[in-house]
Amino acid sequence: MEQLELHQLEDHCIQEHLPPCTAACPIHVDVRGVLAELGRGNSAAALTLLNKTLPFPGIIGRVCDHPCQTACNRKDAGEALEIAALERACAEWGGPPTPPKVFPKKGKRVAVVGGGLSGLTAAFDLVRKGYAVVLFETDGRLGGSLWEISEELLPRTLLMEETRRVEALGVEIRLNAPIADESALAELSATFDVVYLAVGTLSACSFGLALDAQGCVQVDPVTFATDRAGVFAGGGMLHRPGESSFVLAMSEGRRAAISIDRYLQKVSLTAARYNEGPYVTRLYTNTEGIDPLPAVSMSDPRAGYTQAEASQEAHRCLQCECMECVKVCEYLEHFDGYPKKYIRQIYNNLSIVKGTRYANTFVNSCSLCGLCAEVCPEDLDMGEVCRRARQIMVAQDRMPPSAHEFALRDMAFSNSDKFALTRHAPGTEASAYLFFPGCQLSASAPQQVEKTYVYLREVLSGGVGLMLRCCGAPAEWAGRTDLFEEVQAGFMADYRALGSPQVILACSSCYRIFKEYLPDVTCVSLWDLFDAHGLPEEAGAVPQEGRAPLAVHDPCTTRHESHIHESVRHILERLGCPVEELLLSREKTECCSYGGLMWLANPELARDVVRRRIGESPTDYVTYCAMCRDFFAAQGKPTLHLLDLLFPLSVEGYGSEGVDGARRGPGYSQRHENRIRLKRHLLRDVWGEHVETERGDEMIPLRFTEAVQERLEQRLILVEDIQAVIAFAEKTGTKFVNRETGHFLTHYKPNNVTYWVEYAPEGDGFVIFNAYSHRMELVEEESA
Amino acid sequence: MTEYGHQAADEVWECARCGVPLEPREISVSYLDSAFPVELLRCPKCGQTLVSEELALGKMIEVEKQLEDK
Repeated sequence: MEQLELHQLEDHCIQEHLPPCTAACPIHVDVRGVLAELGRGNSAAALTLLNKTLPFPGIIGRVCDHPCQTACNRKDAGEALEIAALERACAEWGGPPTPPKVFPKKGKRVAVVGGGLSGLTAAFDLVRKGYAVVLFETDGRLGGSLWEISEELLPRTLLMEETRRVEALGVEIRLNAPIADESALAELSATFDVVYLAVGTLSACSFGLALDAQGCVQVDPVTFATDRAGVFAGGGMLHRPGESSFVLAMSEGRRAAISIDRYLQKVSLTAARYNEGPYVTRLYTNTEGIDPLPAVSMSDPRAGYTQAEASQEAHRCLQCECMECVKVCEYLEHFDGYPKKYIRQIYNNLSIVKGTRYANTFVNSCSLCGLCAEVCPEDLDMGEVCRRARQIMVAQDRMPPSAHEFALRDMAFSNSDKFALTRHAPGTEASAYLFFPGCQLSASAPQQVEKTYVYLREVLSGGVGLMLRCCGAPAEWAGRTDLFEEVQAGFMADYRALGSPQVILACSSCYRIFKEYLPDVTCVSLWDLFDAHGLPEEAGAVPQEGRAPLAVHDPCTTRHESHIHESVRHILERLGCPVEELLLSREKTECCSYGGLMWLANPELARDVVRRRIGESPTDYVTYCAMCRDFFAAQGKPTLHLLDLLFPLSVEGYGSEGVDGARRGPGYSQRHENRIRLKRHLLRDVWGEHVETERGDEMIPLRFTEAVQERLEQRLILVEDIQAVIAFAEKTGTKFVNRETGHFLTHYKPNNVTYWVEYAPEGDGFVIFNAYSHRMELVEEESA
Repeated sequence: MTEYGHQAADEVWECARCGVPLEPREISVSYLDSAFPVELLRCPKCGQTLVSEELALGKMIEVEKQLEDK
C-alpha cells in the first residue's frame, strides 16, 4: 500500500480529531481531559492539565466568553457543560500550580509591549522557550483591560497574583513605561531582536504600521507578522472595539510567540501551521439515546462551584469521540483501537522487511462486511482496507498459509467433478434461466436445493438450467486474485456454453460476487423470484395460524440490496409470519463471521461475533444465508432458513433431517458428502442418469465416537483426509503399533498438512480414536 | 525446541513394519524456509518418525504461527 493511499485512508478516520470544545477554544484547552479528571474528583490533576495550555486559569475561568460551551455536544442532550465555571473551580480547588519548565537561555532578547492578556501570554511562552523577555506596560500595573472587569467577578488579589507569575518565570517587567509612537518602536527594534506589540485597542498611534480597511493593524493572519521585519502584533489592536475577546487575545499572543521563536531560529514561519486558532472540528459524536441532563446549579453562584458540584457537573461531559464503527463491530472492538490506528499498523505490517508481522491476524480477522463504512460519518471501509492488505500480502508471498487454506480447499472441492455440474433442464436445449444455488446452501440444505429447482422449472418458462459450483468468494476473501480469476473463467466458459442465461442466485455472497465482478451477467435473487412468482405449494403445508414471530437477520452481503430485504419481508408476510426487526438490520446488518473467512482465521473472535449477534433478541431468527443459519444454530440460537419455511417437509437421504431452527448444520465432512449426494440425486431424479461417482479411498468405512467427530471438526480434519491417511498406511505398512491396545498410529501428507491418525481395523472398515495435524515437515526419508 | 522423546507408559509405540522399539533421535523439522533440530522418536531401522499429539498441537503449532508471521 502506497504511503499516499495510506494517508488518504487514514484521514477518513476522525477519531483522533479534537472534540468540539477544544477546537472552538482559541487556545485549545484540553477540556475533555480536564473534565474527565474533575469528574473523577482529581482537581489537582485537572489543574495540571489545564495549565498545559492555559497560563492564567483563575482569570480566564472568570472572564472567558467560553466559545467552547456553544460548541459543546451536551447541548443536544440537556445543556452544554459549564466549562468556564469548571475551569474556575479547577483553579480554585486544584491547589497551587506547578511552575512550568523553562528552557535554557538562548541569548536573544524580545520586547513585549503591553501588559494585557495577549502580551502576558506571549511573554509567558517566550520566557519559557529561553528568550530574555522585557515587558513594557504604560500603566503602573499588569492586566490591561482586565481592570475594567468588576472586582466582584475578578478579585484584584487574584488578578495581581496570576499576572505576577510571568515575573516569577524571569520576565523583566517595566511598569509606567509607555511605548507610544513610531520612534519609540524604532528605538525598541534597535535594542531588541524582536518586538511584540499588544497594546489593546488602537487610539491615536499606529506606530507607522500598515493598517487594514477597518483601521486596525494589518498582520499576516497565520504568523501575526506586521509589515515591518521583526515586529509582530496581536490582541485588541488587530480588531475593532468589541470584536475581540480575552481568550482570543491570549491565542494571538501564543501564535505570535510561535512565530517569534521561528523567526529567531531562522526557520519557516508558515510551515505546518494549521488549526492554531478556533475552528470547527470534524470529530463526530453520536448523542442519540443519551439521557438529557441539565447543568448542575451552584449553591452560591457568586462563589462558583464547590468541589463536589464541580465534580458532578464535569461528570456530565460526554467525553466526545466518534468510535461509531467500533461500537457496532466486535472485531474492531476486539483489537482495542480504531481505524486510524489500525491502518497505521497495517501499513507497518506491509512494510516490514525483517521482523514479526503483528497485524497479520488483524488483517485476516475482518469479515469484510462493510458495516463500518455504513456507520462511519466519513464512509471509511475497513473491510476494503483489509481486502487490499490481503491481496498485497499474497503478492508479497507473506500470507500465512494456515489462514485460508481450508476454505480454499473447500472451494476447489466444489469446483471439482465431485460437485460441479452444468446442464440445461432435461429435455431442453436452451436455458432462459440458470439456477446457481451456490456451494454452502448445497452443503447445508441439499434437499431444499432440489425442491427449489423443481419450483423454478414450474414457474419459469424458457428453460431453467442448473449449475453447481462455488462462485469464488473464498478466493476473493483470501486475497487470492489468481484463484478467483480462475474460478470466474471456469464459470464464464460454462455459462456461455449455456447461451448466457439469466442467473438465479440463492446465496447473497454469490450475488455480491456476481454483481461486483461480472457486471455483464444478468442476475436475479431467488428471493425476488419467489416474491414475484408466488410461494411454492408446499409452503402451505404447515398451518399459518398462530405462527411465532421471527426476527429477520439479513445476510451482510445483502447490505445494499434493499430489494432483497423487501422481497424477504413480503415472503414472510405471505407466510403469515410476524416479523421482528433487529436494531441492526438491512443496510446496517451484521456478519455471522463466515464473511471474509473470519471463522477460519480467528475462531475465538468468530464465536464472540456470533454470540453478540444472537444475543440481540430473544426471538428466534430467520435468515436467508445457509452459513448464517448454521453458525447461529451451532451456538444454540434457533434460526430458520427462509427455505425451511418455503419447503417445510423434509426429505430422506441427507445427513441432517428436518427443518427445525435449532438443528445443527452438517459438519465439514458432511458438507462435502451432501454436495456429492446432491449432484448424484439431481442427475438421477432430474436427468435420469445413474452415476457411479469415482470414489476410491472415500469408500473406506470409518467409525467414530461423537467426541472424536467433534474433535475432528474443531481440528478441521475431514473424513476424506483420514481415509487418505489410512489408505496410505495400509498400502505401504508405514505405521506404528501399540502392542498394549492394538491401535495403529500413522501419518500422511496429502496436501500441505500432515495428518496423524490413531485407528484400529474393525469389520470391513476402521475405528478412529484420534487425529491431529501439523504443517511442519519432517526430514525422515533417509535411513538411519 | 525442547525434547519430546519421552512417552507415557500406556503410549508405547513401535514400528509396525520393522517390529522394533523407537529410539530418540535428533531430527530436522522445517517450515517456511526455516529448519530446527528436534529430538523425536524414530525407528532405528526404517527411519519412520513419530510426532506426538502433544508436540503437534503444542510447540509445533506455536512455532508454525511464529514463522507464518515472520
